[in-house]
Amino acid sequence: MTELISIAIVAPLVAAACSLALRSRPFLRDLAVLAGLGSAALASHIMLVAVARDGTHTVAVGGWAPELGIVLVADLFAALILPVALTIIFVVEIFAIGQRRTVWAANPELSGPLLCVLTAGVSLAFLTGDLFTLFVAFELILVSSYVLLTHQGNRDQVRSGMTYVVMNLLASTLFLLGVAFVYSATSTVNMALLAERIPQLDTGVRLGIGAWFLVVFGTKAAVFPLFSWLPDSYPTAPTTITAVFAGLLTKVGIYSMIRFHNLTAMDDLGPLMLMVAATTMVVGVLGALAQSDVKRILSFHVISQIGYMLMGLSLFTVAGVAGSILFLIHHMPVKAVLFLVGGLIENHEGSSSLDRSGGLARRQPLVAVMFAVPALSLAGIPPFSGFVAKLAVISAAIDRGGTIVVVVAALVAGGLTLLSMSKIWNEVFWGRPTEGPRPSPAPARGQRTMHLATAVAVAGTLMVALFAGTLLDLSTEAAESLRDPATYIEAVRP
Amino acid sequence: MNGALLLAVGGLTAVGLYLVTGRSLSRIVLGYSLLGHATVVALIAAGGPAGRPPIAGQAEPEAMANPLPQALTLTAIVISFGLTLFLLALARRQRTITGDDLVEDDLEDRRIAASDSMPGEPEDQAAT
Repeated sequence: MTELISIAIVAPLVAAACSLALRSRPFLRDLAVLAGLGSAALASHIMLVAVARDGTHTVAVGGWAPELGIVLVADLFAALILPVALTIIFVVEIFAIGQRRTVWAANPELSGPLLCVLTAGVSLAFLTGDLFTLFVAFELILVSSYVLLTHQGNRDQVRSGMTYVVMNLLASTLFLLGVAFVYSATSTVNMALLAERIPQLDTGVRLGIGAWFLVVFGTKAAVFPLFSWLPDSYPTAPTTITAVFAGLLTKVGIYSMIRFHNLTAMDDLGPLMLMVAATTMVVGVLGALAQSDVKRILSFHVISQIGYMLMGLSLFTVAGVAGSILFLIHHMPVKAVLFLVGGLIENHEGSSSLDRSGGLARRQPLVAVMFAVPALSLAGIPPFSGFVAKLAVISAAIDRGGTIVVVVAALVAGGLTLLSMSKIWNEVFWGRPTEGPRPSPAPARGQRTMHLATAVAVAGTLMVALFAGTLLDLSTEAAESLRDPATYIEAVRP
Repeated sequence: MNGALLLAVGGLTAVGLYLVTGRSLSRIVLGYSLLGHATVVALIAAGGPAGRPPIAGQAEPEAMANPLPQALTLTAIVISFGLTLFLLALARRQRTITGDDLVEDDLEDRRIAASDSMPGEPEDQAAT
């Protein structure tokens, strides 16, 4: 078990170093990246089975006491989300290998190692048991994302990258200041100890800390009104990188929020967070409706969907938090797949702009199916995973009562999501093929790899719908232990 | 927290935030450095009163300063140093592309703002 936790964090870092050293040998370089990402993903799957069977497992790095050292905690919440995240990165990397030698591809010499570092950061963020290591994990993710976003150095990337970098640097600074506040109030940064000590603080200090971290994690998660950096920067990066960002990065923010605000019992912030959630859902989807580029539409949907996860969390009930966790599991693969299909559209149509594409369903029926399944799932149409996840969140809200505005907002946002998905469908998959010069698509072998990777990911989203019952049971169990941190505290300090 | 340190944190944060909200990336770099200093001072201040160096055998444990915030601070300094360099590289790249280092508007936002004036509404350009 200890080995599994270490592999999930260390293997991608070793792979990053190896693939940098093997920069000039493309085959060995790709092999190193795939081995690192693959072994981390495999370890996380075994970890889920072990945690579901034996319960929470902790590793005290270097043998230090939890007050002093770094603790890694594989509880059910972390073990549920980690395999989904790491599998997505692995599948996207395979897609990226297929996409080589096209004008949309990322530079493999840089993107491979950086993706590995980002993976290590994601694993660390999910598994860490203290607030400062969470900060370090965020920095690992952000630093690699800064470079991934701007590594081609073209004009759009530098322009939007500046907003992205400055906003996230500011959020990181606020994070660190928050760590200082927490430390001076409680003399610890360990989450299990914080779960004991923060609820005992004065109401003012306690809510101040909660609101501060709401801003910090909210900026990372791109909730209203802190989302402005996202829709401009994501579409400028190569598609594979955007797929990883959209699938994972904002979710790390919402994951941290679910963990921190539940463990420290910030229930009093619930009404405020519910309002933020409702506005995020509606503003995000309205932004999407105004766009005319597949990648930009999808970027605005990232924001809108974050609202649902925040909504489940801000109910501060077991059913609500379980709904949020299930929504995370549903949303990560669906969003990544939609961006991969965006990459396929670019490949076949020469552009992801709605005005410059049409009639793709006739020429590439497989791509049309691979778009339709996750798109309907995103809009929450049964029998896909989005329906189950939305049902869990919304029924939790109705059970708690007094949340009618948010429930209406969630339903309206769902309808508008369907509207903007049908806009993509009408413009790209139906209609007339457009004429004009296009960049040449990937070679046949590369296209097969891209289609295969996307198909595997689509199958993954269907699996989430198929096993929704089991996943909801596991999410409920994870939510119960988040709502009642006694088991978490006991696991960290036996 | 010590009052003087608290004032230092407040002052550094205020000036840093002011600089970060500017348009020019060179100002943002300066602002970010000041904010980094503010967090470092805040972390140290959070560690309690000053004391002897926390090295085994040099002083009694009770007389030592709290080593944990110092370890956190060191990590934070290294990270902010690396990121300052990245910001400078970005500023330099922007300068080679556009000739200055200003943070620009979202082009798509501008396009939508320009193209979506409501039908029947008088054109703004005519008035200005």
